[in-house]
Amino acid sequence: MPDSVPGPLRAYLHGLPGVDEVGVRRRAADLATRSIKTTAKRYAIDLAIRMIDLTTLEGADTPAKVRALAAKAVRPDPADPTAPPVAALCVYPDLVAVAAEALRGSGVGLASVATGFPAGRTSLEVKLADTAAAVAAGATEIDMVIDRGAFLAGDYRKVFDEITAVKERCGPAHLKVILETGELVTYDNVRRASWLALHAGADFIKTSTGKVAPAATLPVTLIMLQAVKDHRAATGRQAGVKPAGGIRTAKDAIRYLVLVKEIAGDDWLDPAWFRLGASTLLNDLLMQRTKLATGHYGGPDYYTID
Amino acid sequence: MEIFEYAPAPESRSLVSVRPSYDLFIDGEFVEAESGERIVTVNPADEEPLAEVAVAGDADVERAFAAARRAFEQVWSPLPGAERGKYLFRIARIIQERARELAVLESLDNGKPIKETRDVDLPLVAAHFFYYAGWADKLAHAGLGTRPLGVAAQVIPWNFPLLMLAWKVAPALATGNTVVLKPAETTPLTALAFAEICQEAGLPPGVVNIVTGAGDTGRAVVAHPGADKVAFTGSTEVGKEIARAVAGTRKRLTLELGGKGANIVYDDAALDQAVEGVVTGIFFNQGHVCCAGSRLLVQESIADELLERLRARIERLRLGDPLDKNTDIGAINSTAQLARIQELAAAGEAEGATGWSPSCPLPERGYWFPPTVFTGVTQAHRIAREEIFGPVLSVLTFRTPEEAVAKADNTPYGLSAGVWTEKGSLMLWTAARLRAGVVWSNTFNVFDPASPFGGYKESGYGREGGRHGLEAYLG
Amino acid sequence: MADHSPRLAVRRTYKLYVGGAFPRSESGRSYPVTSPAGDHLANAALASRKDVRDAVVAARKAFPGWSGRTAYNRGQILYRVAEMMEGRRAQFAEEVAAAEGVGQARAQALVSAAVDRWVYYAGWADKLGQLLGGANPVSGPYLNLSEPEPTGVVGVLAPAGSSLLGLVSVLAPVITSGNTAVLVASENAPLPAITLAEALATSDLPAGTANILTGRLSELAPPLAGHADVNALDLAGAGDLAGPLEALAATTLKRVLRPGEEDWDDPDPGLSRVKPFLEVKTVWHPIGR
Repeated sequence: MPDSVPGPLRAYLHGLPGVDEVGVRRRAADLATRSIKTTAKRYAIDLAIRMIDLTTLEGADTPAKVRALAAKAVRPDPADPTAPPVAALCVYPDLVAVAAEALRGSGVGLASVATGFPAGRTSLEVKLADTAAAVAAGATEIDMVIDRGAFLAGDYRKVFDEITAVKERCGPAHLKVILETGELVTYDNVRRASWLALHAGADFIKTSTGKVAPAATLPVTLIMLQAVKDHRAATGRQAGVKPAGGIRTAKDAIRYLVLVKEIAGDDWLDPAWFRLGASTLLNDLLMQRTKLATGHYGGPDYYTID
Repeated sequence: MEIFEYAPAPESRSLVSVRPSYDLFIDGEFVEAESGERIVTVNPADEEPLAEVAVAGDADVERAFAAARRAFEQVWSPLPGAERGKYLFRIARIIQERARELAVLESLDNGKPIKETRDVDLPLVAAHFFYYAGWADKLAHAGLGTRPLGVAAQVIPWNFPLLMLAWKVAPALATGNTVVLKPAETTPLTALAFAEICQEAGLPPGVVNIVTGAGDTGRAVVAHPGADKVAFTGSTEVGKEIARAVAGTRKRLTLELGGKGANIVYDDAALDQAVEGVVTGIFFNQGHVCCAGSRLLVQESIADELLERLRARIERLRLGDPLDKNTDIGAINSTAQLARIQELAAAGEAEGATGWSPSCPLPERGYWFPPTVFTGVTQAHRIAREEIFGPVLSVLTFRTPEEAVAKADNTPYGLSAGVWTEKGSLMLWTAARLRAGVVWSNTFNVFDPASPFGGYKESGYGREGGRHGLEAYLG
Repeated sequence: MADHSPRLAVRRTYKLYVGGAFPRSESGRSYPVTSPAGDHLANAALASRKDVRDAVVAARKAFPGWSGRTAYNRGQILYRVAEMMEGRRAQFAEEVAAAEGVGQARAQALVSAAVDRWVYYAGWADKLGQLLGGANPVSGPYLNLSEPEPTGVVGVLAPAGSSLLGLVSVLAPVITSGNTAVLVASENAPLPAITLAEALATSDLPAGTANILTGRLSELAPPLAGHADVNALDLAGAGDLAGPLEALAATTLKRVLRPGEEDWDDPDPGLSRVKPFLEVKTVWHPIGR
């Protein structure tokens, strides 16, 4: 059930407190100096692995590519069975059936980008059909894109209605709503879009498709974490956050975890409430994991490329 | 570990070698004090002694002024500005090279977090020398005269030991003056490290002289007839004493003194950034900041929400080992300062205000005070009027912009103020009415060598930083 | 029937100038003013410390309004003072000649210079902000602006020996920037100061912007220097009292301009008497979206 939105959408969204760009960047930069060492680092690396939505979203994706990535999702480090599986595999809708087969029984989630990803410039009927097909093929999570054009044109109702419609079509699948913050540009817009999506019923709000630069950034994620925290305080319903795109190193990932801890709080430090949309990140996490275990730096030849 | 907790991340103490004992720095050399007295400087985070430091007596101060006078007349003031500037550039570079070492030393002696010494103090120290180095050969363009005053007597506080040294020494040297500087008795070590840097830079002997000691040494430095200029940063009480001592002499005087800064948050403010600004305003450097935003003036209509967010934010502050890279709040600098904070906080409770602190345990050894927020404060309360110089925030409310400004200006101090609003015209309206030398709007406690800093009213007179900062050292 | 007896002249009563009005001293006292040669010129009001108090109250009350005027408007009003003085040239010249014991030619020259000094400082009012302030190039995403602002209420001890030109030379620079003033006129030559007050009163200068007291320096200066609501002191006419007054001023950290070797005839004193009564305010604001 979508939360009720008090009053007209525009008045509501524009009544949210503003965001000062310099201030939010300063706060994010300050948190990025947190020094995560030894036991904390070990814990953070495994947690980050468990939070990954291992993603392949290329025009050149094939069943073989998806199967390979599914194997990696289930068992990221063939040399080390203690490395945990990732949270989910994320693929285009037409490859969901292949992925579902490959992941069967593994416990790894299956996410699909529906709704005319990445631009979202199709009719609502197509978006809903896209969603229904992905769910029917076995997707447990749907990553939808919002209509940024409508948002920037001020047609908040259209964005809201699309989210509620897709949410309904998801059935049991979780809905992640991609704001594409690189196109919304301002932090005020990010905050408004976050609240819009949350009120419309999003289970997760996600920064980016990965197809637009900039993708995820620390300040944008900070704003979204603040939104889910405040939204829970206001409505009692908890939603998750997923930065996606541009998170490539273990150091980057740990900075996001620090942000989760200090902005949203420990309740969000769980794959159920925070995901990292990434692909190459996984190998760096594995490499750092091995370094912590053995004391020696690793090299890319020792980690699988899928 | 069930949840993600930060493991200790201490900066290495071995980056710095503290000597057991330090002498005075006079005429380019470390010399024993004729007084024979010594004081001990301790690490406020664990109360362990760090080093013994000489106490300069009258005879030592006399020697320092003689050296400074000689250097002024024979070496420094005749030197072309470009050459003076190059010495300052060289000093700036050495500070950058030794920044981490100096940051650790500052944290040890002062108790402030390494995060701040590393990311704020030291970068600003180097920047200040760079900035004024560039002025040395361009004084004719500044429109403030080109003649140095002579020997400057400079007395600095313990809250930003090396940064306050930079604010004093850099403009004085750039303009052709020589200095006799007295660091605070509880934080002399980075000033003595700076003395070594002067040697390393090949600065001519006598241009910078550093005499350590307590109040008596400070009084001797200020009162010395050889001082052409006195520059002091510290309490308003001592500032007044100095102003009286200097009255009727030919000495020029600049004072950077206390404050009771108001941080005004209007109902349309960017709330989360305002909360950050309030936190930075009062908890930066444990609140040992003359320009701290120690009075929060929040519009009544958003007071509850702001305070709720503020408390949640303060719960996240990490108090403890200053050398831990994740520490936000370090130690109180001295027992005397701790006693003063405790006394005023007790007065706040006694006068009917309500104190609140997060649930953070304080270390057993060392001098500590938790971040504290007082609500229900009125203008009449001591904690709304007196400078606490600690991590204690007094919260008052207002209804209209007129009331906000009236309350903000209702103090003998006038150093800093903050304004938080998303409405540009309201910001400018408010800033224009605040009787304070620095107004931070939608930010707080940011500093820059190019930005003039100094107070109105009893917060002192004269400006440090920027072109304006040259004026104090030119005749 | 015609009356052939000579007409009896109407003499002026020299009073104080406080809050735009011309009260007698609250003490009811006056003192005889003589020329340097010893001739009696008139009786002047002998102000008391309570008159100092009243004048400070008037100056404080006037400060927000005067400092809140546009600089252009302040400049216009100072120029208006010059106009009003010009219209009373003869009276000023006569009084200056009597007060300072100088000839008519020198007296005329002093009056001309005093009129021109108002014009000079009228022109400064709207130049200060640009010369003394501006944008500072800080290293970060911030607009950082410094601007000069008036200090507040300034106590001015007018020079003893220059009854009109010296007086104008210390008063005009204080008020051009928006300060309000409590001025103690030359003890021995106070009459031109009161005549100036009459010109000020007819020149659109808001009441309380300039307040002028006559009387004993030793009686008036200490309460002025010690008054907590006075922000700054010009000790031009303090003489031997300068040191003790500066010490008294330290009680509330007033800005103090010490007496120096002043050449009141210098037609271009620059900002030397303006800057000591200015504060610099620096405002930061982030630059972002």
